[in-house]
Amino acid sequence: MRALTWHGKHDVRVDTVPDPEIVNPRDAIIEVTATAICGSDLHLYDAVIPGLVPGDILGHEFMGRVVETGPKSTLKKGDRVVVPFTISCGACFFCGQGQFSACDNSNPVEKQEASELLYGHPMSGLFGYSHMTGGYPGGQAEYVRVPFSDVGPIVVPDGVSDEQVLFLSDILPTGWMAAENADIQDGDTVAVWGCGPVGLFAIQSALLMGAEQVIAIDHYPGRLTLARKLGAKVIDYTQTHVLEALMEMTGGIGPDAVIDAVGMESHGFAPDRIMDALKQKIGMGADNVHALRMALLAVRKGGRVSIPGVYGGLADKFPVGALMEKGLQIRTGQTHVQKYTRQLLHRILEGEIDTTFLISHRLSLEDAPTGYRNFHGKQDEWTKVVLTPGAAKGI
Amino acid sequence: MTRRSPDLPLVATVLALSVGAGLAVGTAMKSGPRRPPDSAPGRTARQSSFGGYQVVGRTVTIKAPRSRIYEMWRNPDHLTDFMEGLAAVHVNGDDVTWVIDTPDGHLSIETRLVEDRRDEALAWRSVDGAEVEIEAKVQLRDAPAGRGTEVEAHIAWRPQAGIVGQWAARLRGTDPKIRGKQDLKRLKMLLETGEIATSANRKAD
Repeated sequence: MRALTWHGKHDVRVDTVPDPEIVNPRDAIIEVTATAICGSDLHLYDAVIPGLVPGDILGHEFMGRVVETGPKSTLKKGDRVVVPFTISCGACFFCGQGQFSACDNSNPVEKQEASELLYGHPMSGLFGYSHMTGGYPGGQAEYVRVPFSDVGPIVVPDGVSDEQVLFLSDILPTGWMAAENADIQDGDTVAVWGCGPVGLFAIQSALLMGAEQVIAIDHYPGRLTLARKLGAKVIDYTQTHVLEALMEMTGGIGPDAVIDAVGMESHGFAPDRIMDALKQKIGMGADNVHALRMALLAVRKGGRVSIPGVYGGLADKFPVGALMEKGLQIRTGQTHVQKYTRQLLHRILEGEIDTTFLISHRLSLEDAPTGYRNFHGKQDEWTKVVLTPGAAKGI
Repeated sequence: MTRRSPDLPLVATVLALSVGAGLAVGTAMKSGPRRPPDSAPGRTARQSSFGGYQVVGRTVTIKAPRSRIYEMWRNPDHLTDFMEGLAAVHVNGDDVTWVIDTPDGHLSIETRLVEDRRDEALAWRSVDGAEVEIEAKVQLRDAPAGRGTEVEAHIAWRPQAGIVGQWAARLRGTDPKIRGKQDLKRLKMLLETGEIATSANRKAD
């Protein structure tokens, strides 16, 4: 089959690789009909996430048709499914709590050591990401082996397009959980740092959850325009003093809840330091926590802090004093995708949520390297890239 | 046996006690302020001593009843399903021979089942003259609030000249503590999900 493979920093290629097959009883094989490039794929593209091996198949936002099932799969051949990026067994303590991204059993045991050393506990398995999270072959490919296919994939009806439901795999539930973690109350102002796909979906979700106003902060004009179209007020931090503006826009109180949808971006996660950290069991240096630092200072006393943005290491100059003295609450984590897919599919089918506005570019899987280059280099214009396997090369 | 090298059953007894085992053994001779007994297992002590024995152990919680987990350990056919590098287990009454893969071929360790409390504990101890002097014990306790079963497994062995090499080779450079922990995690996966997670895209990978 054809698949987008990682070969090093800024070096991804579409290669011909062996087709996957059923390995475990609960597996299914999906023929991918649509897959997207995620912002977190850019961390891999920049080679700032450790634990990739040349030849790894990337991609964790994908959907398609079931073409093969293991004896314990509950899917049927021909089912049309969206697959969560988090791999979860559905049976462990954590899955039982709805904390699917903390699944104990999806990361192969021999792959658990690195994250156990780094974080105190092993991470669960993710598609198309680091070998710290299992090294599972990803969805930017013609076919994907989906473990625990009786738990993760959600069957979608034929009447809805791929583009309407594809983002159930990651960014829509991630934006939704970010807003849920902000614990929005009547009259609340929610400030969102970062108007990438997750920030935009968090804005949409926060408004649906009844926020009085959502204030979006970014510097890309194109992305701020999208935020405004969704109903947010916007602040361009290159033009405005953000903290002062937020106070003025909230009657001198500050936002009731803040959402950091920026994360470490591509900074401060140097692989050499990480390897040192693994060896020495000490810190890996500083993630870039600028957005989080701002959010902690901006949020009102007793307010809520939601962090969907990805961080990997340690933070310098973290305003722990503001956190304690203002009595803040923090909620964060990889998304418990399986907890949200059903209700969000319902909202999509009811017309409450539209995700297609986000897609700026549609390419063949064969053109994925071009997609990576532009999504990485032209963030204002390239907000979301959807890839179609099997389509002819077009660029 | 000398005073400095307690025999294996004693080691097992000491390990079984949760209260201050390591401190009691390791620091009894030292002076200093009197401290209350420590609640942690002895093998987690900063300074522990089990005579001439190496001791590793690990606890996992498995969402399954004690009886099911006991059966996994009691039935030799199941042991090779989750223990890496274990080629076969032969049982003849209470005599149990563990056949372990090493780069130089198989290493057989003859043991005897020295403790068998249904749904509670199992222990195997090498017979006199076995190539490796070793004891392994598994204990099962109900986890709180219906969370399943706490499975505690530990191995105590006496490194000896000649044998150390073979034992180390069996582990292929892996820390025995990590190897034991990984075996327990495989058991957990098998019991909770019915399979052992792999990211291999094909059976042969």
